[in-house]
Amino acid sequence: MSILPLILEEVSVQAGGRALLDRVSLEIGAGPKTVILGPNGAGKSLLLRLCHGLIGPTDGRVRWTGPDAARSRRRQGMVFQKPVMLRRSVRANVAYGLRLHKVPSIERGARIGRVLERTGLTGVANQSARVLSVGEQQRLALARVWALEPEVLFLDEPTASLDPSGTGAVEQIIQEIHEGGTKIVMTTHDLAQARRVAEEVIFLHNGRVAEHSDPVAFFTRPESEAASAFLDGRLLW
Amino acid sequence: MSDIGTAFALAFQLIVVLDAELVDIVGRSLSVSLTAVMIATAIGLPLGAVVAVYRFPGRRAVVILLNALMGLPPVFVGLTVYLMLSRAGPLGVLGLLFTPAAMIVAQAILITPIIAALSRQVMRDLYEEYREQLCSLGAQPRHVVLTLLWDGRLGLVTVVMAGFGRAIAEVGAVFIVGGNIAHVTRVMTTTIALETSKGNLALALALGLILVLLAVGVNASAAVLGGVSAYRRA
Repeated sequence: MSILPLILEEVSVQAGGRALLDRVSLEIGAGPKTVILGPNGAGKSLLLRLCHGLIGPTDGRVRWTGPDAARSRRRQGMVFQKPVMLRRSVRANVAYGLRLHKVPSIERGARIGRVLERTGLTGVANQSARVLSVGEQQRLALARVWALEPEVLFLDEPTASLDPSGTGAVEQIIQEIHEGGTKIVMTTHDLAQARRVAEEVIFLHNGRVAEHSDPVAFFTRPESEAASAFLDGRLLW
Repeated sequence: MSDIGTAFALAFQLIVVLDAELVDIVGRSLSVSLTAVMIATAIGLPLGAVVAVYRFPGRRAVVILLNALMGLPPVFVGLTVYLMLSRAGPLGVLGLLFTPAAMIVAQAILITPIIAALSRQVMRDLYEEYREQLCSLGAQPRHVVLTLLWDGRLGLVTVVMAGFGRAIAEVGAVFIVGGNIAHVTRVMTTTIALETSKGNLALALALGLILVLLAVGVNASAAVLGGVSAYRRA
C-alpha cells in the first residue's frame, strides 16, 4: 500500500510580507526520480520541507492521498544539505532511527549491517560520527534513512558541499535506493546533476512552479523564459 | 609576618598528616554539597531540557525566572529555609534545622536554578542543530529530551560541575540553616569564617587551600571536558 501521490493545492508560504512560495500546485506520484531545480532562493528547500511536513503552509493544503496515507509520517525520510550527526558512533546513528521506528532489535542488526555495507561505512562503524569527513557523513545520513526503508525520500541538495567523487558516491547510493523502490524527490541547483539524475523535472523560480515536465523536453525545449534563461546561465536571480 | 608564615607551615602540616578534624570537616563538606548537587541535577537537568524543547504558555517567563534565580543570594536562601524549618515554621515538625539535611536542602535550592538555566542553554543550542533531523526521523518530544540529555552529556557535566563549585564554596546559606555546630554541621566555609575570627589561622588556611584546590580541580576537569566536547562538535 502506498502513501503516494502527494498533492499540493495552491500552497503558499509567506514570511515578512513576502511570498516565499506562491500558490504552488503539484502532484508527485510514484515512480520516476523527481528533481526540483532552480536558482538559489527559488524556494526549493522550503518546498521540500513543506512536502516532508517540517513546516506548514501559510495557505493551501499538502495532502498524502494514497491508500496508506494515514501512515505517511513513518513512510518518508529526508536527507539535509548539511548532514546532522548525532554525537555517537556511526552504527548508533543508524540504530537511533530504527529504534524510533520500533524496528525489533533482532532485525536492527541486520539492517544496520546491510546499509553500512552498501554505503561503504562498515569500516568506520564504531567510530564517532562527528569525526567523519563530510562525504562520509552524508553517506551516513543516507544510510540512516535507508535503513528505515522509506517509500518516499526527500533530498535537499545532498551533494552541495561535496567534491566530485563524494558527489558520485552519493548519486550512486541514491540510484540504489531508487532501484529498491523508493520514490526520490531531490533538489539541486546543479544543472549537470539534474541531467544525470532527473526522470522528472520541476523547475522553480521566485517561489512558483515555472515548469513541470520530463527532462528531455525540459533540457531541449524549455517552455518558460525563466527556464531557458537558467539553462543558458543567464538567470541571475 | 612570621605569624602568617607559621600559619602556612601549620596548615601544610595539617593537610599532610590528614588531621582528624580537618578530614571530618572536608568529608562533611563534600557529602553535603555532592548530595545537594545530585538533587539539583535530578530536578534541574530535566527542567532545563523540558524548557528547551517543549512550547508552552509562559515558557519565556520561566526562562527569565531561571536566569534571574541563578544569582540568588545564599543568605536569602538560608533565611528562607531557616524560616521554613524553624520550630514555628511550616516544616518545623521535621526537626531538620541545624542538621546536614537542612544544609543539603538550602544548597539544592541555591543551585537547581543554575543547573536548570545553564543546561537549558546547552540543550537549546543542540536542539537548534537537531530539531529538523529528529523531527524527520519521527522523534516525539520525549524522545527529543532524552536525546538532548544524552548527546549533550559533555556540556551538561560541566554545567553540573559549575553547580558543585557554587555549592561547595557557599557560606551564607549553610551557616544560617546548619548553625556551624562542631562535628555535626561544620563545613569548610563555615569553619574558615569561625576559625579566622578566633585567630586560629592554621586550620582556616588549610581548609582554604583545600577549597581552592577543589575549585581548580573542578574547573580544570570542566575545561578538559569542554575541550573534548568542542572537538567532538567540530
